[in-house]
Amino acid sequence: MDLTRRQALALSAGAVAFAVSSLQLRPAAADAAAANKTLMEFTGGKTPQSGKVKLSAPQIAENGNTVPVSVSVDSEMSASSYVQSVMLLAEGNPNPTVVTFNFTPMSGAASATTRMRLAKTQNVIAVAKMSDGSVYMDKKEVKVTIGGCGG
Amino acid sequence: MATAKPRVKVPATAAAGEVITIKTLINHKMETGLRKDKKGKPIPRSIINKFTCEFNGKPVFSSDIDPAISANPYFEFNAKVTESGTFKFTWVDDDGSVYTHEQSITVK
Repeated sequence: MDLTRRQALALSAGAVAFAVSSLQLRPAAADAAAANKTLMEFTGGKTPQSGKVKLSAPQIAENGNTVPVSVSVDSEMSASSYVQSVMLLAEGNPNPTVVTFNFTPMSGAASATTRMRLAKTQNVIAVAKMSDGSVYMDKKEVKVTIGGCGG
Repeated sequence: MATAKPRVKVPATAAAGEVITIKTLINHKMETGLRKDKKGKPIPRSIINKFTCEFNGKPVFSSDIDPAISANPYFEFNAKVTESGTFKFTWVDDDGSVYTHEQSITVK
């Protein structure tokens, strides 16, 4: 069967578009999916609502080896209503979990600051589990100029 | 066995019911387990995996730590103090070592 030039070009353009789109989709989807799985394990299957959690991270991190990150959750931190834990996840790191902060009413405030390693530009996620079982999250994108996973 | 030195900043005094800020740092390489040496052999993971803060024996705050926390792990957090007493901080190393530090506070 002889293809006209027009048909041959259309075929190859379609093939290239398909190849490019699948290349772009797979790595990002895999990272976010792994992070999401870990997140859902932490929440016991509950989908987090937005609100209450405030994640602060730089828009651009010059050094991926040490990126300052703060999280603060709106809560009265009384014996009857407090934040139990907050997990930080990095969607694009080889392993998504970074740290889990565990609070008690004696914390006074559900707030913590630390420094993390980010392998590349990605989303950082903070998920909070409250004493009443409710779950909240916040997400921030951090651009990383020099990746911080060593080697 | 590494010797890791902790540094902690706790205010010397506080008012009863005040929520104070505590800053902690410990020297530690936090080897992720993802790096390879010059011969291409993976360098095994070796990190501080847990940090806890207690006040007069009661838990205040703790962190379950993964390799993505930077070297010389830094944690800043809060504590509500209602009486004078002593904070006890502990850091647990993958190799089983436990580093501790205590600091007192006078609450008026």
